[in-house]
Amino acid sequence: MQKNDQADKFIIPIGPQHPALKEPGHFEFTVDGEIVTGATIRLGYVHRGIEKATESRTWVQNLYLLERVCGICSHIHATAYCLGVERLAGLSVPPRAQAIRELVVELERIHSHMLWLGVAAHEAGFDTLFMYSWRDRETVMDILEGLTGNRVHYSANILGGVKIDVDAEQTKTILQGVDFLEKRTHHYLDVVTTDSAFVQRTAGIAVMSKAVAEHFGAVGPTARASGVTQDIRIDAPYLAYEDFPVEIVLDTAGDLKARFVVRVQELFQSYQVIRAILDKLPAGELAVTMPRRIKENETISRVEAPRGELFYYLKSNGTDKPERIKIRTPSICNFGTVPALAAGHQLADMPMILAGIDPCFSCNDRMVTIHRPADDSQTWTWEMLRQYGISYYREKER
Amino acid sequence: MSINLEKTFQDALEQVKTWARTNSPWLIHFNSGSCNGCDIEILATLTPRYDLERFGVKLQGSPRHADILICTGPVTRQARERLLRVYEQMPEPKYVVAVGSCAISGGVFQGCYNVIGHIDQVIPVDAYVPGCPPRPEAIIDGVIKLLKSLEAQEQTA
Ligand code: SF4
Repeated sequence: MQKNDQADKFIIPIGPQHPALKEPGHFEFTVDGEIVTGATIRLGYVHRGIEKATESRTWVQNLYLLERVCGICSHIHATAYCLGVERLAGLSVPPRAQAIRELVVELERIHSHMLWLGVAAHEAGFDTLFMYSWRDRETVMDILEGLTGNRVHYSANILGGVKIDVDAEQTKTILQGVDFLEKRTHHYLDVVTTDSAFVQRTAGIAVMSKAVAEHFGAVGPTARASGVTQDIRIDAPYLAYEDFPVEIVLDTAGDLKARFVVRVQELFQSYQVIRAILDKLPAGELAVTMPRRIKENETISRVEAPRGELFYYLKSNGTDKPERIKIRTPSICNFGTVPALAAGHQLADMPMILAGIDPCFSCNDRMVTIHRPADDSQTWTWEMLRQYGISYYREKER
Repeated sequence: MSINLEKTFQDALEQVKTWARTNSPWLIHFNSGSCNGCDIEILATLTPRYDLERFGVKLQGSPRHADILICTGPVTRQARERLLRVYEQMPEPKYVVAVGSCAISGGVFQGCYNVIGHIDQVIPVDAYVPGCPPRPEAIIDGVIKLLKSLEAQEQTA
């Protein structure tokens, strides 16, 4: 019988509604038998147009809008935005406020990494670990709720400072919670490195070399698991990271297992920083007053979100609304690595490989227009974008 | 006196169906543009502290097996068609729960250029759970209230 190349190839479409991830994304895997030979990803299901929306809201309103770019790392978005706006307005934020912001950032990192650990374990079919890590994650959710009043969108930041304070009672609960979590984290580290069934699913799978990671511009734990020394908390300290530093967690293996180990070990760094902050919380004011209008200026703001470098570009024009805000989120940087890593692996490994970068679709889905240097510069107005959106989907429906 | 056997049989069948469904409904979750906060809280309802499964409720992947559609987020232009398709694939009778301020009114994303609006502009909604995001307890409460109202319907029928 003659081998027909065409007939051997199947394309398996997955999504946008699929049981593996809780957010919509569309994937097409070309398979040869069980082996994946190529992958394409289509994003954009949750593109809402937040960047454009910021231009019609005031600086203060935008804080609440931008916090809702992502429901997992909401505080870090608000922090990046606040840091940028405060620099634009030339405010100096009291050290106590900065330390409290850092405290919440690290608590959020714990919740995000534990959430990821559970989801990734679930993708591997290891539901016990999923249940355990989510049970323990409730500890940090309780702490965050006690501190800020909400489980997800904390709104701890205001422009010019924070609106929450930490008292002795809360310090005690936080420390207790952190002690408990630290004990559990040792256990998790043990599980992800020694459980033989689990290690078979992760060790040597989807190996990404340092060169590949740098080529695709991977960031955060995904890059650090391939030996890229990059952590904004250390490279360009913001908030109070100069006084309460973290150490970089690196692994050179570059496989899925390394991504597990790096994220779990980062938890220990967070525990240590939280203890240091609570021990030496600077005294003083919580916030300074923020002017309503900001004179014409532009700035950038870089922070280390749980998934990697988060970048904000802000431009003001003298009114109480921004001229332009550009957000670059870590997930979009890491997504490029997925099609490259997928080739040559079993179809069954795909959910794990995808989960390995800790994807977050809600911060991914943004619009990019590619603009050649020779063209004249152009501005998209609100109405043009709306019209573009409408005609694009009309076109598609036909 | 004539008895409409056909009708009696149909009624009885309906009752059995409602009884079976209210005891163990299967859920499907669709995110049509949410920020993820609501989705995470829905997932949290399955985990040990909240444990939605003790009510016989199961979250699963295929619309064709589902009784209740849980929607989160505002509806974006790109997700609209998918939301409709998921809804149409579900077998009758089907119910929709809108979770979160965004699903109810568009929330903070009202007026964004790629957002059409809220869930009930696209498909009919049976229960609304407010909050940004609602707590897992609230989500469970919403689902249970829906089930209770189905039971009540059954009794009056
Ligand atoms: S209601 Fe709040 S948490 Fe839920 S999707 Fe909307 S912004 Fe996110």
